[in-house]
Amino acid sequence: MKTFFYTLKQAFIQFGRNRSMSLISIFAITCMLLILSLFFIMFINVNAAAESVKGDYNSIEIFLLDETTPEQADVMVEDMKQQKGVSDAFYKTKDEAMAEFKARWGDNGYLLDGLADNPLPNSVVVMISDLEQADALAAHAEEYEGIEDVKYYKSTVDKLLKTTKFIQISAIILMIFLIIVSIIVVSNTIKLTVFNRSEEISIMKYVGATNWFIRGPFLIEGILIGVISAIIALAITHLLYGQIVDIIGDQVYQMLSTPMVPVGFLIYNFAWIFLALGVSIGSCGSIISMRKFLNA
Amino acid sequence: MIEFDHVTKRYKSNIGLNDVSIKIDEGDFVFLVGPSGAGKSTFVKLILRELDADRGTITVKGKNVTKMSAREVPKLRRNIGIVFQDFRLLPKKTVYENVAFAMEIIHKPRKSIKKHVPQALTMMGIADKAKKYPDELSAGEQQRVAIARAIVNRPKILIADEPTGNLDPDTAWEIMQLLNQINQLGTTIVMVTHAKDIVDKMEKRVIAIEKGRIVRDEKGMYGYKEALADTTNMFDTVAVKKRDTFRAGFRRGGRK
Ligand SMILES: Nc1ncnc2c1ncn2[C@@H]1O[C@H](COP(=O)(O)OP(=O)(O)OP(=O)(O)O)[C@@H](O)[C@H]1O
Ligand SMILES: [Mg+2]
Repeated sequence: MKTFFYTLKQAFIQFGRNRSMSLISIFAITCMLLILSLFFIMFINVNAAAESVKGDYNSIEIFLLDETTPEQADVMVEDMKQQKGVSDAFYKTKDEAMAEFKARWGDNGYLLDGLADNPLPNSVVVMISDLEQADALAAHAEEYEGIEDVKYYKSTVDKLLKTTKFIQISAIILMIFLIIVSIIVVSNTIKLTVFNRSEEISIMKYVGATNWFIRGPFLIEGILIGVISAIIALAITHLLYGQIVDIIGDQVYQMLSTPMVPVGFLIYNFAWIFLALGVSIGSCGSIISMRKFLNA
Repeated sequence: MIEFDHVTKRYKSNIGLNDVSIKIDEGDFVFLVGPSGAGKSTFVKLILRELDADRGTITVKGKNVTKMSAREVPKLRRNIGIVFQDFRLLPKKTVYENVAFAMEIIHKPRKSIKKHVPQALTMMGIADKAKKYPDELSAGEQQRVAIARAIVNRPKILIADEPTGNLDPDTAWEIMQLLNQINQLGTTIVMVTHAKDIVDKMEKRVIAIEKGRIVRDEKGMYGYKEALADTTNMFDTVAVKKRDTFRAGFRRGGRK
């Protein structure tokens, strides 16, 4: 316990003596974390959008010519229900389609009232349980008589998934890069304190202090830098993301018909990620800065 | 207490020690002499495991130092006190704090610190200087603080690398009396020195090293001409100091 307080006290003293360098590295690491959080936010939102879109569009829509009768459509529905990978199929009239469309437009739905004729076609909607079968089912649907077009949204979903993947991979690469840079920044800051205290450290070594005891204050100093940066970055993210959701949240909802990830949820998750990052960046940085010193 | 068995230590281009075998018994007082660059400091650093031997075995207090893991090294050093030519006190700590520091960092209880630090200071005759800072003390007094720090944890072995190198002959002699006193209380002492008159007067065991080899091991005399003795020749002292500073700088630079 006494050792712990000694370590903590030394860490704060060091932090104070090395104030300007400490502040500079806090600034640098905060910036790194902010860039990271930008990527996380993008990633999380695109991911959420992709998930919900995937759910919406697990379907093939067979648009019918106006002269195709509901009886003909029923034949298609029954045939589709027999196919592998189909969970459900039903007939959707043009009026039903219009109603859905209006609902999606929400408050702006009244704009559609101005249309004289309903331009939407009748359709048969096929719900797919197995996305792998989507291509085959679409090809099968193309062979029906009396259809105008077959639309299925696998390509849209694929594109979204690809985008998510891309963002995911770039986020990981960027993250690794930024973490390495942060560790270097911290280790250089700590190196300065180590250098200032080299005399003391060499005496400690001669008297038989253990390496972990010598490392302790520097470790805490590094972690302190990391944690302070994490808290600042978190606060800024909270503020900015809150603003962003306020300003463009509604538009995003209308465009993608999925809400943005709420601030509270996001910050709660970020808190853990940032703190973990801060602590690991800080401790890695200080251990690296001391490695040569202690082994010599 | 300390045993070297065919120990060799090479640096990149120089040889530090070359096939050295020697035994130092418990309670011994040993002078380590020899020309500059002979390998005396190398010998000391090998005992402390500051350096790893290339070949041979070093045993300290029955423990094989050469095979010791890095985790055991602090334990080894807690049994060895060390004093340097340049004192190495912490300038921002008082005399008391400098000595207490050696106990604090190995987690000695506060009670024990309060008891043993004043004891050590009294033994070194500097109890009245406890609240002073190192730069308020004379060189001799600073070295007494350094010795107090080295013995406050009651090590079985005390190693002194040219402890009188920066002191005038009278002060050097006072320091020698203190070291002798510590030896008489049972501590094994290994002292590296260039001070001919001290070695001659003390009549202890003298181990002479040249070019990394032990060339003489007998009781009594320094055995080199006056010119090597740094307490009587100011120019030599300065030269030795300068070179040591240069080497320290070089080593630090080389490590980066
Ligand atoms: N870190 C090092 N790297 C390379 N060579 C070294 C190093 N330390 C010592 N040496 C060399 O090893 C040899 C022995 O050095 P050592 O320091 O043991 O001598 P010494 O007997 O203590 O000399 P002095 O009386 O001048 O202190 C010398 O030739 C020296 O130049
Ligand atoms: Mg030497």
